[in-house]
Amino acid sequence: MRALVLRLAFSAVASLASVGLAPAQTIKPAIVYDLGGKFDKSFNEGVYQGAEQFKKVTGIDYRDFEIQNDAQREQALRRFARDGFSPIVAVGFSQATALEKVAKEFPNTKFTLIDMVVNAPNVQSVVFKEQEGSYLVGLLAAMASKTGKVGFVGGMDIPLIRRFACSYVQGVKAANPAADVFQNMTGTTGAAWNDPVKGAELAKSQIDRGADVVYHAAGGTGIGVLRATADAGKLGIGVDSNQNGMHPGKVLTSMLKRVDVATLTSFSDAKDGKWKPGVLVLGLNEKGVDWALDEHNKALITPAMKAAADKAAAAIVSGTVKVHDYMSDGKCPL
Amino acid sequence: MDALALLQIIESGLRLSVPLIFACLAGLWSEKSGIVDIGLEGKMLIAAFAAAVAAFLTGQAWIGVLAAVFASTLLGLLHGFASISQRGNQIISGVALNMLAAGLTALLGNVIFKQGGRSPPLDGAARLPELALGQSAMTILAISAVLLTALALARTRFGLRVRAAGENPAAVDNAGASLTRLRYGAVILAGILCGFAGATLSLGQAAGFLPMMTAGQGFVALAALIFAKWRAWPAFWTCLLFGLLDAVAIRLQGVSLPGIGAIPVQAIQALPYLFTIVLLAGFMGRAVPPRAAGQPYVKER
Repeated sequence: MRALVLRLAFSAVASLASVGLAPAQTIKPAIVYDLGGKFDKSFNEGVYQGAEQFKKVTGIDYRDFEIQNDAQREQALRRFARDGFSPIVAVGFSQATALEKVAKEFPNTKFTLIDMVVNAPNVQSVVFKEQEGSYLVGLLAAMASKTGKVGFVGGMDIPLIRRFACSYVQGVKAANPAADVFQNMTGTTGAAWNDPVKGAELAKSQIDRGADVVYHAAGGTGIGVLRATADAGKLGIGVDSNQNGMHPGKVLTSMLKRVDVATLTSFSDAKDGKWKPGVLVLGLNEKGVDWALDEHNKALITPAMKAAADKAAAAIVSGTVKVHDYMSDGKCPL
Repeated sequence: MDALALLQIIESGLRLSVPLIFACLAGLWSEKSGIVDIGLEGKMLIAAFAAAVAAFLTGQAWIGVLAAVFASTLLGLLHGFASISQRGNQIISGVALNMLAAGLTALLGNVIFKQGGRSPPLDGAARLPELALGQSAMTILAISAVLLTALALARTRFGLRVRAAGENPAAVDNAGASLTRLRYGAVILAGILCGFAGATLSLGQAAGFLPMMTAGQGFVALAALIFAKWRAWPAFWTCLLFGLLDAVAIRLQGVSLPGIGAIPVQAIQALPYLFTIVLLAGFMGRAVPPRAAGQPYVKER
């Protein structure tokens, strides 16, 4: 009992001190990663890099958690919320159901959800127009392909990944209407984000059928896809983070999804008291998606390809080219 | 589907079945001697981990394979100690090994590489090279292991005694052979074979280690063992069938078949499992395990 009183008194003093001494809001940020893990070289790792950057700039440390199964999402979110962490970044569309529940229980905690929308007064939802970036890499893939056949390997078979696939096809057909596109999904459960052996087999099967550029949207599974394309002397296309450096000269480009920027913005807005709930939609115009050009793939991107991609990007931003969004109607017209 | 596509499916199926073949043979040796081995999964996992670490540090794939065999054999001996020397429950010991391997590899991986249990990607000589038809040396090793196992169990003194140890341990004991030594021998063989299975996973099929990368293959191998009624060549064909079904599932995806149209991804992926259940339920008949499997032997006094 005495210990409890002491602890209460101590925490009261501590909270007073933090209010009194720190004029800028000090925050306790936290992250719950999706299956696939912090170092998937892709989606989750982008979030990690954003958080690390925040730590470097502000010196404010953060806590994170890598879930091992679906049941841990809710536990992890609730645990962080109960321990007073805010903002809490939930990575991945699969966190939506758990987040909806936990956000209701902790109305004073700020949550940022990446890749899905949850309508609640304390939730900020960040979604990306992946279709715009995928269209551009599809265009580049078709221009780089010598066989006129390109491939796509998705992770889990969900509308979000179908959106990547659909707009990729649209981009390919824009550059070469006669091109063939092979599409494969790795699986139907969360394990599909972390299965590089299967990813490699899928890529090999597409290469066997003649594909010479393969785009993946498969998280950790994509490591296998990029390795298989590099082994076969073909080209891969990375996703989410810049993956050009994983096999220099063998990765045509990467479709960048700036989850790092989203994380950094969420943390620093919370720190400056500017954090707002609601839905943020980031596309080409907002620099939320892009394609990567660096020293590793400079030799692969010809000036004509760069010009075509830049032109298409400008056309998408101005609205003269409409990229189909699979998630708007659940159909792919191509 | 033309001949080339068929050849590619066979290549891919053979490639995918290699770790299964090794693990299934490991289970065969262990269970023939009377030691039930639920821990195939754990041994494969720790072998895959040891292979990736050693290959990454030395840059040599074959050192990785040696490390895999060493780590897996060590874990096998632990199982042997619990179930042979201490006469413990073999199922519990096996489950414990699986848990130990799952936790230990992720933990050590995180301590060594600080990448969430993952090892850095392996390149060049740190990976098993592809020889021909998409196969590495492990495929040849797997097929020779099947050949040797079948021969040893049917013809050699050690093999016959191992079989006797699993059927009627008292008889082996009465005949004056050391049951303990026979069973330890079989457990060590199982460890070596699981080592090859794990090394194939992390050095051949993938380029590096991932937590839980065995993904239940040890249990599939156990199922294959039952399916094959504890015989070497049937075990080989069963594993090959499982590998082929996996390969077919991968290739059939998104291909539209005449008259049916494109089959949904989910249906294709359920195919290997569905097929397994149908075969197991309908076409197999009774599978009788070695009679003394799972029972610790207590000498009569």
